[in-house]
Amino acid sequence: MRRIISVLLENEPGALSRVVGLFSQRNYNIETLTVAPTEDETLSRLTVTTTGSDKVIEQITKQLNKLIEVVKLVDLTEGSHIERELMLVKLKATGSQRAEIKRTVDIFRGQIVDVTSSVYTVQLAGSSDKLDGFVQAVGTSGVLEVVRTGVSGIARGEKVLSL
Amino acid sequence: MELLSGADMLIRSLQDEGIENIYGYPGGAALHIYDALFRQDKVKHILVRHEQAAVHMADGYARATGKPGTVLVTSGPGATNTITGIATAFMDSIPMVVLCGQVASSLIGEDAFQETDMIGVSRPVVKHNLSVRHPQDIPETIRKAYHIASTGRPGPVVVDIPKDMTTPNERYEYSYPKKVKLRSYNPAVRGHSGQIKKAVDMLLAAKRPVIYAGGGVILGKATEQLTELTRLLGYPITNTLMGIGCYPCSDKQHLGWLGMHGTYEANMTMHHSDLILAVGARFDDRVTNATEKFCPGARIVHIDIDPASISKTIDADVPIVGPVDSVLNEMLSLVKGAKEKPDADALAAWWKQIDEWRAFHGMRYETSDDVIKPQEVVEMLSRLTNGEAFVTSDVGQHQMFAAQYYKFDKPNRWINSGGLGTMGFGLPAAMGVKHTHPDDEVLCITGEGSIQMNIQELSTCKQYDLPVKIINLNNQALGMVKQWQDMNYESRHSQSYMESLPDFMKLVEAYGHVGIRIERKEDLEPKLKEALAMKDKLVFVDILIDRYEHVYPMQVARGSMKDMWLSKTERV
Repeated sequence: MRRIISVLLENEPGALSRVVGLFSQRNYNIETLTVAPTEDETLSRLTVTTTGSDKVIEQITKQLNKLIEVVKLVDLTEGSHIERELMLVKLKATGSQRAEIKRTVDIFRGQIVDVTSSVYTVQLAGSSDKLDGFVQAVGTSGVLEVVRTGVSGIARGEKVLSL
Repeated sequence: MELLSGADMLIRSLQDEGIENIYGYPGGAALHIYDALFRQDKVKHILVRHEQAAVHMADGYARATGKPGTVLVTSGPGATNTITGIATAFMDSIPMVVLCGQVASSLIGEDAFQETDMIGVSRPVVKHNLSVRHPQDIPETIRKAYHIASTGRPGPVVVDIPKDMTTPNERYEYSYPKKVKLRSYNPAVRGHSGQIKKAVDMLLAAKRPVIYAGGGVILGKATEQLTELTRLLGYPITNTLMGIGCYPCSDKQHLGWLGMHGTYEANMTMHHSDLILAVGARFDDRVTNATEKFCPGARIVHIDIDPASISKTIDADVPIVGPVDSVLNEMLSLVKGAKEKPDADALAAWWKQIDEWRAFHGMRYETSDDVIKPQEVVEMLSRLTNGEAFVTSDVGQHQMFAAQYYKFDKPNRWINSGGLGTMGFGLPAAMGVKHTHPDDEVLCITGEGSIQMNIQELSTCKQYDLPVKIINLNNQALGMVKQWQDMNYESRHSQSYMESLPDFMKLVEAYGHVGIRIERKEDLEPKLKEALAMKDKLVFVDILIDRYEHVYPMQVARGSMKDMWLSKTERV
């Protein structure tokens, strides 16, 4: 099952490599990984999406907690949560394609953020499924380049991951 | 406040931490530190002949004393040579701090002479590693390193120290922190009372209980509590290879150790039990055999300081995260205060069954009139040293024979690389023990394959006068490899013979020690006695043993715990 694990990490050199190293060392999957400092500059927030049986996920959270630099973590998929990913995609856009792509971007509530005579660059935010859906809708033959940030997530309601 | 250079601060920090012995090897990036070491006499340094041996020495010291070991090496090859030793300590949860020189910060990343990313290289095999970024951080970094290494589930910690952190003429205010606070590191200080209560209820209600204890009992200094609880309940107890000595081997309730080469009765008792109390053990693959066939009727209570060790391979019914000593203390007081007592009839029937299993095999082996059997060498050593020696081993058949036939009644006496299985561990580990226990008998039971992996340390033994006794069970082959080839590869002995062995007698004499060779069975006892009588000499006893012997019992691969070979021809 796919899980989103959110981690508060000491904002120190080498901390990220320990997390990444742990996943490869213990043969766990990383599907996406995002990391950036938080409002508290001593902490980074890292979000990792992974897949595995319940037993594997339990081990992943335990092993992450064992890392000295991991301060706190939560498996967001255990409760209701919001997940977002940002995608920038360059699409071939010539002739009649231009209007069609513009309409599809509107349907997906994306924005065209750069334009040349033959290329649109589109920005789209949403769940990973939605981004996949957009790429499918425009057709892979028109896609010149895709860049995705990976998933960020936060719990719904009043639950907060903080110190 | 005192002004000290980074190098002096490092050595002062070791003094203030109470470190008396360090093991190491100098080199360019560590020279400021070695100079600071020279200008004081509180911290003693042992110069090894290869950095790997320094780590095993520190490891042997840590296992025998329960205190963290300390290693000091230079950057690059000095640091990378420690990796096998660090991984050995990591797998067996041994507290240790490894101080590594590093090239100056301005050179890091430039492929400088003797530069290695030791933080990166060591990361998968350390509990944690730390890099010094400013000389003033040295005292706190050292305090942190020992704190992390020796608390919770212990393990090795590497500290990487760029050369410019230790420059002699740059001085800073020194003070050693009394406490260290890490918001992200808070090992459990006690177990959950509700879980402990539940565990005790299950324990008292069990009909076919068994206690399965691991190295965590020794590391957690809980052998007294475990012994008291076991005797109070009257239940059978087995332990892992790493747990040897956590409960007296000679006691009637002790079944010997369990797993791949464990006793018949220990494995049978585990398989047929209805309740397993696992204490500081981790259900390693060398214990469980095929996990899906593991002890089908047993419910499991698992006590461990490391939550990640619980339900990692075998699911626990009652997990208890906490230090084994405090959890066992709580269990003891609950058992003492409980109204219900263990079911005496069920327990009597269980013991009757266990005694039958015990009588069925009883660790028998075939003896011979002319060939020396490795088992009888170990039995004799156990008798001649009253089971009180510190025994280190390398890895292979000799390790199993030593663990099976030496009767350990005390903890911290059996010292081996159980997790990583490191050949070359035995001699330097024995040196680390002997160095701090000069009046105790220290035996290194080894084989002619393993001993050659760190034999250069005979030179260190000469320099520091470390009269360990090396018992070389010489079967002229890599015995365990050969055994597997016999059993699984139709005796195709691919690369498992040790041809052109050195003349060990000449070799040890060249290093300034005494060699004794035993070829005939009738010489075994008198010559072993002669070796043990030379208290102040390192004696290398080279014993020609049966070349064809196998280690039994041996669990059948991918079977359950009860599926074993009991000899070359008997399978149960």
